[in-house]
Amino acid sequence: MSTVAGSPLTRLGDRVLRGGDGLGEFGLLAWGTVSSLRARGLPLRETLFQFEAIAVRSTPIVAVTALFTGMVLALQTAFALSRFGAKPYVGSIVGLAIVRELGPVLAALMVGGRVGAGITSELGSMQVTEQVDAIRAMGADPVQKLVIPRVVATTLGLPLLTLFAIALGVFGGLVVADLQYGITPSFYLQTITTTVTVGDFFAGVMKTFVFGWTIAMVGCFTGLRAEGGTAGVGEATTRSVVTASIAVLVSDFFLTKLLMLVPGEQILAWLARGLA
Amino acid sequence: MSGELAVRFRGVEKAFRGEPVLRGVDLEIPVGCTFTILGGSGSGKSVCLKHMIGLLQADAGQIEIHGRDVTRLGERGWVEERKRFGMVFQGAALFDSLSVLENVAYPIREHRGDSEEAVRARVARCLEAVGLPGIEALFPAELSGGMRKRVGVARAIALEPEVILYDEPTTGLDPANSRRIGRLIRQLQGDLGLTSIVVTHDMELCHAVSDWIVLLREGRIVARGEAAVLRDSDHPELRAFLEGSDDLPPPALAGRQAPGREEADV
Repeated sequence: MSTVAGSPLTRLGDRVLRGGDGLGEFGLLAWGTVSSLRARGLPLRETLFQFEAIAVRSTPIVAVTALFTGMVLALQTAFALSRFGAKPYVGSIVGLAIVRELGPVLAALMVGGRVGAGITSELGSMQVTEQVDAIRAMGADPVQKLVIPRVVATTLGLPLLTLFAIALGVFGGLVVADLQYGITPSFYLQTITTTVTVGDFFAGVMKTFVFGWTIAMVGCFTGLRAEGGTAGVGEATTRSVVTASIAVLVSDFFLTKLLMLVPGEQILAWLARGLA
Repeated sequence: MSGELAVRFRGVEKAFRGEPVLRGVDLEIPVGCTFTILGGSGSGKSVCLKHMIGLLQADAGQIEIHGRDVTRLGERGWVEERKRFGMVFQGAALFDSLSVLENVAYPIREHRGDSEEAVRARVARCLEAVGLPGIEALFPAELSGGMRKRVGVARAIALEPEVILYDEPTTGLDPANSRRIGRLIRQLQGDLGLTSIVVTHDMELCHAVSDWIVLLREGRIVARGEAAVLRDSDHPELRAFLEGSDDLPPPALAGRQAPGREEADV
């Protein structure tokens, strides 16, 4: 039986409204982190604990991903370049690709999967077992206790993990270039240093502050909205990882475009002038 | 009864996703008594309790805590009010990652600049008050259901509150542990002069601890009165609840008068 309430148009309208509500609540939580940080400061001990759990413990997964991506990238690039007789320049392309794009995005996706899921399932479990309400009932602020340490740790941790991923990716390419194609490490590194600029580094690493913030905020937001017991926590975790991954990939395009309009060197110069 | 009220609700309404849960609740909870909100599952009694401590905000109506209108109080404003409350959650809501010591010390560390020694001494006293001395080093996962509830009570009294809220304190406990919780509620109220507000569907607990009782059904208060009077009454809603009958009369039949006045409804 088809009723007005159950019609596809009504359901679509409901979904749009709920999506709008969700965006509004996400904005409120984002604003809440800023105002809570200003009013109560950074809970240092908890933030350091989260930094260890989120950033330090993500190093193995990021290392393996970056190393093998660098290796396969060198294989594929050299294979393609050999058609143009430009094989020795594999370092330039591997370096640029890893510094500008693959290092930041792969680190973000790996952290998004590991950390996003961890944050959502932990906060979701706390939500459905009323632990978040207990924090509020004791006159404490869940945003300050739970959200800020995770957001700060991920926002600052992901750029560091990205630098680590870039180093390992370049190293992976170096190993393949040397062992497979006989390109000496010194030549490989030379082609990178002559091609990749500080601005490229900046354009790559800058994006990861936004990725880190997005992953942690989505993780916290989805966890704090979990409802319906353990099944609800599972659903929230899946939703969090999917949302964070899509958000990383979509925002990557726009951030890259933006950072091309305003080159990294220009931003660095502004920063230097600002600091001086 | 003295006129001073710990909590007052006037026409409080609350809906979730368009579904009304509280439909105009009036409550007057006098200072220093044990006040029980009885009701079946989904009657809105836990929602009622959460409004008293600002975990939920009313859609309509007015809420006063110790004479202060808190209906539209923001989260910051609630911080001061909440120091005067302790809340015992249905599943205890202990922090899994923290030891019993850290759980009970949580509100103390949050609000008082006490030395580590003073914090530990206070935690020890609270644990002793609930009959669980010396378990500071254990973690929530190592405790039985009854012990978790009692640690929840210890945490709730850590800041020496004026009002303590119990959300289904005996749910999931065996009869012996339920009776122990009942004795604890009574003992804490006597020793510390607290106002205790208990939400439950457990009649044995209700008889053991209550000074005043209200019965909530489908978001409305359908019976209210002094425990001793209400217990022996033949109020149809109450009898139906006590006997577990589904054949309840419509809520509109019920009285509306609040306790704290000269006589109870029934």
